[in-house]
Order: sequence, then structure tokens, then C-alpha cells
Amino acid sequence: MKRLIAVFAMALLPVAGLASGGAGPKLEPANIDLGNEAAIQRGAKYFVNYCMGCHSAEFVRYQLFTKVGLTVDQIKQNLIFDGSKVGSLMTNAMPTEYAATAFGAPAPDLTLVGRRRGADWIYTYLKSFYTDPSRPTGVNNTVFPNVGMPNVLWELEGIKDPVYRYEVLENGHIVAEFESRDEADAKAKTLEGDVRVEKVVDHFQMVRPGKLSAGEFDQVARDLATYLAYIGEPVKLERQRLGVWVLLFLVIFTVVAYMMKKEWWKDVH
Amino acid sequence: MSNLIAWIDERFPLTKVWNEHLAQYYAPKNFNSWYFFGSLALLVLVNQIATGVWLATFYKPDAGLAFGSVEYIMRDVDYGWLLRYMHSTGASAFFIVVYLHMFRGLMYGSYRKPRELLWIIGVIIYLVMMATAFFGYLLPWGQMSYWGAQVIVNLFAAVPIVGDDLSVWIRGDYVISDATLNRFFALHFLLPFILAALVFIHIVALHKVGSNNPDGIEIKKGPKGNKWSPDAPADGIPFHPYYTVKDIFGVGVFLIFFCAVIFFWPDFGGLFLEAPNFEPANPLKTPEHIAPVWYFTPFYAMLRAVPPMFNSQFPGVIVMFASILIMFFLPWLDRSPVKSIRYKGPLFKIALGIFAVTFVVLAYLGLQPATPTKTLLAQIFTGLYFAFFLLMPLYSKIDKTKPVPERVTQ
Repeated sequence: MKRLIAVFAMALLPVAGLASGGAGPKLEPANIDLGNEAAIQRGAKYFVNYCMGCHSAEFVRYQLFTKVGLTVDQIKQNLIFDGSKVGSLMTNAMPTEYAATAFGAPAPDLTLVGRRRGADWIYTYLKSFYTDPSRPTGVNNTVFPNVGMPNVLWELEGIKDPVYRYEVLENGHIVAEFESRDEADAKAKTLEGDVRVEKVVDHFQMVRPGKLSAGEFDQVARDLATYLAYIGEPVKLERQRLGVWVLLFLVIFTVVAYMMKKEWWKDVH
Repeated sequence: MSNLIAWIDERFPLTKVWNEHLAQYYAPKNFNSWYFFGSLALLVLVNQIATGVWLATFYKPDAGLAFGSVEYIMRDVDYGWLLRYMHSTGASAFFIVVYLHMFRGLMYGSYRKPRELLWIIGVIIYLVMMATAFFGYLLPWGQMSYWGAQVIVNLFAAVPIVGDDLSVWIRGDYVISDATLNRFFALHFLLPFILAALVFIHIVALHKVGSNNPDGIEIKKGPKGNKWSPDAPADGIPFHPYYTVKDIFGVGVFLIFFCAVIFFWPDFGGLFLEAPNFEPANPLKTPEHIAPVWYFTPFYAMLRAVPPMFNSQFPGVIVMFASILIMFFLPWLDRSPVKSIRYKGPLFKIALGIFAVTFVVLAYLGLQPATPTKTLLAQIFTGLYFAFFLLMPLYSKIDKTKPVPERVTQ
């Protein structure tokens, strides 16, 4: 019987193999630390200065930041510009219709973007804007192609041009990569089957440095990712702290319950 | 105290009920770990009702407010996040324990005579559970809530002739809308109480015929007399205190897993709380990939496996509903002379093993976007799923069984 169960468990392995591989852009690890209150505070500052012109965090109250080490006065002076009360939600004044006309889509609320996309996505996205004259905003993004959002952090980061590579695909599989289109086309001619050449952004080239160095800008992106992950689920660390105690209690409870069961069952033969 | 009980007993059969269903209800003494899942299912049902009522005191069934009210519970209600995670994790836990409970029944032949009705009531409970979960899944009003409901309600539109009217009648609108949300909330609140009533009937039926056991032996037909009663089955022990203390231990083990998920992994890798559901429902933006929650995906995979015929998805819908309704006939499909897998032959063991693998593979396929390979796989496994039931009269009859002992084994 046990051998039979093992055989059936093995039968599931090939299916697990199917699960591997996924589409989507390659994300850089943001390495955020939700316990880093300074990072969340800095992220909040960048958020209200650079993001809240268009985006809201409509389920978050300003007073939330008292939980990451800010006083009510600090919140009022540094994070609130429109006279809102500290108990107010972080809404903004941009009408949805205006955003839809100006950027092609309303700027989404960012309360839950940390849970929807994840910190790595946010981090990589913020670092993946590049010049693209074909777009109305003059920029495009490798993580979110044809995004409506302009690169609001360009002054800090600088302006980057894309450097392309050309991938030659045969029947959907990459067979060769080249730096120039001509080389790729030449290679494509030698192949049979369903061949196509795709132009993809290989890396970026800084053409006009910003106020910050690359390392400093990474920290800004990481702070924003930390902040957005935090407001996505502010209770996360408290939940885990409480969970340790709950599990400790349950383990003791279960051990006692097991001893009680053993004791009662002594007279069952 | 005894005076009070005597006073009550003259007016309500309190002691009688206590004795008949707990203190003098004799259950076979050889239950193994598989027998924890019945009481655990009851525990999870109580958890769902208790946390659900609490959540309902803050939730707003309004298309404009629903998503925000869930976030209000998560952020501004004291321990609202805990109630919400207990409820969302509880939904998945309910299906896990019920699937294991049903598999226990399959292994030990708990659906066989005289427990046919007990099994049928169980399948009805499962159907009501699925309906409750489906209605509940719309309530957070996220993208996956919305589009998942859209896909499932559209299945009813595939019914010939009356389909369009039927789906409009269910939604109360031409698309999933505020009207749909409001009625789904009403039904999601109602059904758990019907579920509780059905569970009560399930237990009444169980106590009429007595519990089956891993040996599939009727202890009532065996010798009489044990240390608690001269008339009780020799292989039976009083449910209380023996199985109550044992089930408390089972509850402890279950809660360790349950709370580990609640406190450390409430999304469960996107299976219990799906990432697209953190985006509010948007009727104008269809997600790239729509999949139901994991516990529905075996049936969803079977639905998609059937190609449209005569320009209609209806055959797929029939196959999906048939895959559930076929369970009702199980007691009469099994022709084996023995009940338990312990004494059944290799054919049944292999068939049940294939069935278990099939269910897991279909669940996986239902979560994935359809590709030609995966659709082919889904078709093969849909065939295997039905073969388990439809070929059972044959393989269970010709199978080589072992002799069943007189008394239960330890």
C-alpha cells in the first residue's frame, strides 16, 4: 500500500515540471526591510512629493505613520500639504476624468500596489524608464510597456537612453542575439521555419545624469518600494509577531491534548 | 445542579440527547487519523459563521463601497485583519478538510449500504458549500472576484433557449453589477445556516446507521457487550469522552497549520488570496488570465476540456455539473463484496490512486491558462475522472478481495 502511494506521488512530478517558467519582465530583488522605519519615512516623503500629485492612497490615513516613528507634528509639517487632518485618508485632488484625458488612463490608487505587484516589481519599474520619442510622455518602461505615467523621478535619476539587442527567434525559441539589426536579419535569412527578429531593450545608457548617483537613486526606489509594501499591509510585522505566540500556545495545547488523550485511552483495548 | 437538569429533563430531553449522541453513542474503537476531518469540518464551519457575522457588521454590499469596506476592516477595525484572514483562510481550509473527509469515505467505503443516504446528504452539503463559497468570493469586489463571477454566471447563459434570460435573472442585470453584489451577499449570509442544518441532518443520519471504520466492519452486527454496557457493540467505545478528547488533539494539530497560514502566509502564494483581487473590480478591464479559486479548478478544468459543440459551451457545462452529480450514484456503482480499501483488491487501489492524482492534476490545470498541450491533458484526465465512477461496477466486481475479519483490527 505504501509503495502504491509513493508511485502515485511520483506520477505528480511531471506535472510539477509544467509549472515552472513564467512570462513577464525580469525583476530585480528590492531587498526591502519592513522593519526599517527610516526607509518607510523617506518613502512616505518621496510619495507625497513625487507621486501624490496624481496617485492617491485612499485607504491609508496620515496618522498611520505614527506607527513608524513619526509624531503628529512631523506628519503635519512634512507629509500634509493641503491642510488635511492627520486622521484623513490620503486622497488627492486630481479628478479621474482629468487623469484619463491627460495620461490615457486614470492614475491608479496605490494603497495596495505592494500586494498587487510586489516590492520587486515596484523597485524595478521605477528604475526602468527610458527615452522613447514615440510616446506622448517621451518615456517608456521595460517593466510596464507603453505605460501612461511620465518618469516623475527623472530629475533625481537622470535621463537614460535604451540600448537595444536583436533576438532571432525560430518557432518561438531564441536562437541568436545581435547588437545590430543587420546582423540579426542576416542570421534570420539562414534559418527556416517560423523566423522573426525582435528588438528588445538590452540595457540603459545614462545620457544626462540626475541629481543623484545610481546608487543613491536605487535607495530612493528601494525606499518607495518599502513604503508601498508597508502601506499595502501595515499590520504585517505585528501579525507575524503575534503569530509566534499563537503557535507557541498551540504547540503546548496540542502536547497537553495528546497527553490527555493518551491518559483517557488507557482503558481502551 | 442535578435538580436543574432534572427540571430541564422533564421539559426537554437534555440527558437523553447527551447520552444518545455523545456519552452512550458507541463508535468503533479503531478510527485512524482520517477520522479527524469530520469534526474539523464542523470546526471550520463554526469559524466561518462566527468570523463571517463579525465581518458582515463592517462590510458594505455596495459596488461603490465594498472594496473600501474590506480595506477598512483590514486597517481600521481592531483585529479586523485577523477576522478577515481567519475567514479567507477558513474558506480554503473548509475545502481541504472536506476533500480529505470525502476521500476517507472513498477509501473505507463509507458510502456503502446502509450509509447511502448519509453519503447523499454529504454530497448535498458539498454542493451548498460550493454555492456559498462562490457567492462569498464576489464580496471583496476585486478584479478576480468580479471576472470570476462573470465567467461562472455566463455558464448559465450557455443553457439552450432560456440561457440568456436565466443569466440575467441570476445577476439582476446584464453584467455583474451592484444588484448582483447585493443579492450574492444576501445568499452568502443565508446559505451557511442551511449548511448548518444539513450538517445536523448528516449527523442524525450518521447516528442512525452508526459510524463506519477503517476495516469497513459493521460493529453493530458483531458481538455485544463492552465495559460500559452489556448491550453495546463489543468493538464500540463511547464517543464521549474517548473521541472528544481525541478530536481535541486533532483540533490542536489542525490549528497549528491553520494559524501558521493566517499569521505567516495568508495569501498562500496567491492561492488563498489572489494578487489581482487587490485591484478593485473594473468592468471595463478584463484581466489577462481568469481562474477561479483553487477549490473549483478541477471542475473548471473539465469545463474547459470540452470543446464547444454547435457553437455552444453547453456540453462543457453539462460535463462540469455531471462531474459533481455523478457522486450521488457512488453507493450503487461499487459492486465489491467488501467496503474498505484494506480488503479490496489491486484494481480498486489503483483506480482510487489514479483518481486522487487526476483530481490534483485537474486542479492544477484549471489554474493555468489554456494551451493546446494542457487542454489535451485536461481532456485525458477528465476521461480518467469519469472512468473512476463509470467503470467502477466492472472493476469493483472482478477485483480480487481479501477476507474481512470478524472483529475490527487495531
